[in-house]
Amino acid sequence: MGLPLQGVRVVDLTVVWAGPFGTMLLADLGAEVIRVENIHVWQTYTRGLMARPPKEVAANYQPWTLGFPQREPGRRPWNRAPLFNAHARNKRSCTIDLRHPKGKELFAKLVSISDVVYENNPPETMEKLGITYDYLRSIKPDIIYVQVPGYGATGAYRNFRALGVHLEGSVGHTLLRTYPDLDPSQTSAVYTGDYLAGAVGAFATILALYYRRRTGKGQHIDLAQAENAIAMLAQAYMDYALNGRIQSSLGNRDPVAVQGCYPCKEEGRDRWVVISIRDDQEWEAFRQALGDPDWAKDPKWADAISRRRHQDELDKHIASWTSQHTSYEVMRLLQAHGVPAGAVMDPKDCYEDPHLKERGFFHELYQEDCGTHLYPGFLWRYSRTPLQIWRAPVRLGEDNEYVYKELLGVSDEEYKELEAQEFLGMDYAPEVP
Amino acid sequence: MESALEGVQVLDLSQEIAGPFCTKLLADYGADVIKVEPPHVGDVARHMGPFKDDDPSPEKSGLFLYLNTNKRSMTLNLETATGREILRRLVQRCDILVESYPPGYLDQLGIGYEELSRLNPRLVMTSITWFGQTGPYKDFKGTEIVLYAMGGEMYSTGIPEREPIKTALTASQFQAGAIAALATMGAFYLASMEGAGQYVEVSMMEALCGGIDRRAGTLIGYQYTGEITPRAGGMGVRGYPAGVYPCQDGYIEIVGGSAHWNRIVKMLGEPEFLKDPKWTSPGAQLDPQLYEEFMAFFIPWLMERTKREIWHIAQANHVICAPLNTPADVYDDPHFNARGFFVDVTHPVVGTFRMPGRPFIMSETPWQLRFPAPLLGQHTKEILEELGYSQEEMVILAQSGVI
Repeated sequence: MGLPLQGVRVVDLTVVWAGPFGTMLLADLGAEVIRVENIHVWQTYTRGLMARPPKEVAANYQPWTLGFPQREPGRRPWNRAPLFNAHARNKRSCTIDLRHPKGKELFAKLVSISDVVYENNPPETMEKLGITYDYLRSIKPDIIYVQVPGYGATGAYRNFRALGVHLEGSVGHTLLRTYPDLDPSQTSAVYTGDYLAGAVGAFATILALYYRRRTGKGQHIDLAQAENAIAMLAQAYMDYALNGRIQSSLGNRDPVAVQGCYPCKEEGRDRWVVISIRDDQEWEAFRQALGDPDWAKDPKWADAISRRRHQDELDKHIASWTSQHTSYEVMRLLQAHGVPAGAVMDPKDCYEDPHLKERGFFHELYQEDCGTHLYPGFLWRYSRTPLQIWRAPVRLGEDNEYVYKELLGVSDEEYKELEAQEFLGMDYAPEVP
Repeated sequence: MESALEGVQVLDLSQEIAGPFCTKLLADYGADVIKVEPPHVGDVARHMGPFKDDDPSPEKSGLFLYLNTNKRSMTLNLETATGREILRRLVQRCDILVESYPPGYLDQLGIGYEELSRLNPRLVMTSITWFGQTGPYKDFKGTEIVLYAMGGEMYSTGIPEREPIKTALTASQFQAGAIAALATMGAFYLASMEGAGQYVEVSMMEALCGGIDRRAGTLIGYQYTGEITPRAGGMGVRGYPAGVYPCQDGYIEIVGGSAHWNRIVKMLGEPEFLKDPKWTSPGAQLDPQLYEEFMAFFIPWLMERTKREIWHIAQANHVICAPLNTPADVYDDPHFNARGFFVDVTHPVVGTFRMPGRPFIMSETPWQLRFPAPLLGQHTKEILEELGYSQEEMVILAQSGVI
């Protein structure tokens, strides 16, 4: 059975995360997503920080960004970065130099046989290449052009540069998620906005496809990552809208529940569990789970208001109990009593987790430049048309032959010529940093 | 102008955040979303703050008002046979049903996917739960922090000396809601071509576990290196500047030293001392002494400027940077206002307020705020009339606790 977007072709000019995550979701839905990359231009943070990092620099990268397999940059580091491989399954990649007239001609040809052009660059980057909605429409009248820049396609900040973490700052997320007792510089970067931009950008694309099917008309979508991310801060924005109040960070606490993150038995690494106690019933269940210790009998803990007033003290009792157990023990025991609790899971936990295992969340994939590994799977499930992974994280230029020869009708001879002119390939040109 | 989802009928049995955010995305782009709420209490989000004037009335929740724009509300007691019969009639004419009850609850009531799809084979039914419909954790209770701890990147968020820290508010549930909207639209797009719907299962834990907000990266990084990404301040990109720094009136976040050092130098007005080749030698970005020397200049430079000034100077030099704003800063910001992001809403109980508007602009089928979030049961009568119930019958339904 065909997936929903089978037969839909997406030209993918996305960079870093917000855009590529969106096109990964479209690819999961069955669209043919073709990344258009350039072996002469390095887009920092997309396939890495530099094309050929020295081994000693690579050794210092954090595992989640540029932790190459076995810490070796390898012959083609750009195909080996978790930063990129986290969103690159089910996609194709071809290399076209859009700054070159020949490249532009090939690109136009590709657009003319595609349904969607998806990108998340600062608008001026596309405009400098001559890529605008009007231009795309002149090639393919019913094209859907999805633009996902940081601050939108219009307005004073349209060309402002930002990574996800900066958008979090500018819309107010960063100040709302600090340790309440520490300076905001004591924080780490999060990318909730990249996530939401990807999910909503892919959603927008299907809306446009649905409309096109009904009317034959394409359209332009302008998704400003900053505006889109504001949804996640609804409570803070609505408090300001309704009451003029500026909320500050609660850290791990909750406006209503007794809630926190507590230390557990170490087992050789840093271990934590989170617990929420939302009402009297959950408090009673919590007491029972602990075997009703003496401290918990104090009337101070009997009502919700008092528990919150004295939460610092309560937290100490909870922490001294949790630190005698493993995070999984606490989670299982409390959940068995009906108290929301969860182990703070690191990657090792995830791969060993019985729930994710039973549900078959991870997929084993072989990629030529990385070898065989387990990768995270799908974000949802379909009953009739199950999602599938047909391709491991795509390598630079892996589909050049397919795109040039099969889609664009380039002859074998011309293909060889273009290759010789360093027009296309699977390696970044030597001058790339 | 026509809406993207004009004519699409959605039945929304979901509550709280993820499900309602999913159906808000559908409603805001034109679908007719009927929110089916338990009589008297309604959606639990009606009881979640912030409330207008701190009055915890079910019609004054800011969260609810945000999540339920453009939806109609009817009350219906699904625990009565009559209530379920009304639901079956609604299902026969709808395209999409979204629900967030615990696994198995609707099956027990005889209104699970199997029964409902028999009534309407076109039906796309989306179930959103914390942990999915199967597996050892399916009946676990969830909250935002539990979700983020298990599905998200909590363990590496924060600083090593302290406990892991969650993201703000209920961000993870919004993310899962957006995934649910995407998954639902994908299935609907196919159903509208083939005339056959399907069941869409969203486990919020998995929606996070496969997500780009670092979790997919740490999972793959662990496979590649055997190393667990530590909890660390900053961006995970080492070097300087990279992270949050104080300035005259607050804080800015800035990055670029390790990738675009020359832009940083330009931004700082090309001071003499930064012309030394030592700054661009390999490893300079990891040298603690150079770091100290740079900061001795950089921090005073920041303290002489406001977060807005620094932001603009940085952007003029293509340096990636942003101020740490509050919602008040954003409400006042000329850029977002020029783009018409905020919209004025008038609600019968709360009055007039300005709320965040569309997530994205569509040139042909624009986002529209047709009406504010509904009062509890505001459209019960109207919807029952559409189903052909008479006034007398509605009185019976109300008296017997069905609506």
